[in-house]
Amino acid sequence: MANDIRQDIIKMLVEAGSGHSAGPLGMADIFTALYFEVLNHRPKQPDWPERDRLFLSNGHIVPVRYATMARAGYFPLEELKTLRKFGSRLQGHPERLRLPGLESTSGPLGSGLSQAAGHALALRMDGNKARVYCITSDGEHDEGNIWEAVLFAAKNKLTNLTVIIDRNNIQIDGPTEQVMPLGNLAAKYAAFGWHVIEIDGHNMQAIISACDLAKAIVEQPAVIIAHTIPGKGVDYMEYDYHWHGNPPGTLETPGAPPKAEQAKVALHELRTLGGRIRSEHE
Amino acid sequence: MINSQMHLNPELLSPEVKQEPIRSGFGRGLLAAGESNKDVVALCADLTDSTKMADFAKSFPERFVEIGVAEQNLVTVAAGMALAGKIPFVSSYAAFSPGRNWEQIRTTICLNETDVKIAGSHAGVSVGPDGATHQMLEDIALMRVLPRMMVVAPCDAIEAEKATKALASHKGPAYIRLAREKSPIITTDETPFALGKAQVLREGTDLTIVACGTMVYYALLAAEELASSHKLDVEVVNAAVIKPLDTVTIVASARKTGAVLTAEEAQINGGLGGAVAEVLADHYPVPMARVGMVDRFGESGTPEELLEHFGLTAPGLIERALELIKRKSHK
Repeated sequence: MANDIRQDIIKMLVEAGSGHSAGPLGMADIFTALYFEVLNHRPKQPDWPERDRLFLSNGHIVPVRYATMARAGYFPLEELKTLRKFGSRLQGHPERLRLPGLESTSGPLGSGLSQAAGHALALRMDGNKARVYCITSDGEHDEGNIWEAVLFAAKNKLTNLTVIIDRNNIQIDGPTEQVMPLGNLAAKYAAFGWHVIEIDGHNMQAIISACDLAKAIVEQPAVIIAHTIPGKGVDYMEYDYHWHGNPPGTLETPGAPPKAEQAKVALHELRTLGGRIRSEHE
Repeated sequence: MINSQMHLNPELLSPEVKQEPIRSGFGRGLLAAGESNKDVVALCADLTDSTKMADFAKSFPERFVEIGVAEQNLVTVAAGMALAGKIPFVSSYAAFSPGRNWEQIRTTICLNETDVKIAGSHAGVSVGPDGATHQMLEDIALMRVLPRMMVVAPCDAIEAEKATKALASHKGPAYIRLAREKSPIITTDETPFALGKAQVLREGTDLTIVACGTMVYYALLAAEELASSHKLDVEVVNAAVIKPLDTVTIVASARKTGAVLTAEEAQINGGLGGAVAEVLADHYPVPMARVGMVDRFGESGTPEELLEHFGLTAPGLIERALELIKRKSHK
């Protein structure tokens, strides 16, 4: 499934002619795990009051969410072609009012975790047992607003909140550790009073187990630091920060095929990988 | 003539007129809104007493959220709570919220259309000794430009209470501007108030003063003085709701008097003055002048010293009104 979603992402981005490649490909396994194993949700009833909520803080990776939602039955796969086009429900960055099933509007970095935390607090006030998940990126942790939310969630002991950080070590201007070193994120979160779980973000079983474990933590919010490979599944994109904000067919990078061939090569690789996508960490 | 249908405070023009900070009315309105609707929650950024959220916090501790000194988190946590069906009121000093967190307000409250009410206290130069950093003057412009955002600047504590209650039942984003210092009570419980409506407090035919917030009192004083010393019949419109601005009332008044003066304790660029200029340019241009802060910052001083220095008093308004009358008659 995660591989089908990766192919959907490549097709969507090529059709749109713009958008982010690396992040969505790197997060395909996590979104697959969430929508097909972890979340308690009803694709045909996106406003079901008891649904688990998934806040996407780093809105720019939304193609992976759209593709996964379509595969999960929220809307027809055909609609994925409309990404970023005029009149589409699939805006370049997610807009809650446009597409049922998006919990919030995001894109400008740093404000999703606060919303997820506020939402978790409100659900607890109402005795609603639904769980709140929030996906953030590592680069997003440059934003002060994130750390304000980290303090807030710990203070309020939001045990109904699970945060997943896409630790892919890249951002637009280069490696995160050069742009603005984040250092030991696990130690930082632990020092802020969170329960920290670190996983390989391409190991399906590890993702599901971590989400289960997070539910069992008492007195603390839980963060899953998921180590992912940006561009995962497409050789010429993996680890290369140039593909953070560009779709196939738009860039010449060392080792990449000519522009005209890039989409074809990416799809071919993803089609033939089959079960071979597995983590370098394993 | 004072418009009798407005049921204004009979002691309004007396030197002993009762005074109370506008923010106190917000505190009462919030408490009342909390009593009548259990979905109302309040969030504060370490200024619970001075933004008058303390009574709500005491009465409904389980619905009060202390955020600490983190204004970006203040509005984004509120947005998340609103998405779960709450009606959050958030407060801080206006310089910090909506001063510091504008983009979060834009994305997570306006574009996201969440039901968050932002209270900005200590707006205007009358904050006094704290100086320019804490004298918020750009908030009206910042909030007015955002799609879906309602902007309210009540003229006294009673109107602030009514506005706060009204906002609790109004669906959608809103900003309410509050002042620190005590200011005269202009209205009564009987004075009409409606979101989207400007009120003609005093009727006249020679000139219109459109004012908001603390300047409404000075506008009424100036109108009295212009009547007694200059035989001028001045209409005073309270534009407590700056957005959506009551175009019908303002244009009707401009048609009647042929000249419009605006008054606000804020930047005239993009503020109430800007808003009224836009409406008149679109519908019925007349000679106009704007009293307020003219593209500059405030400074430390007593509120009285500062208001006088910047012409934000009755004498300041009278001077500008007489100039405007001259322009009108030369037209």
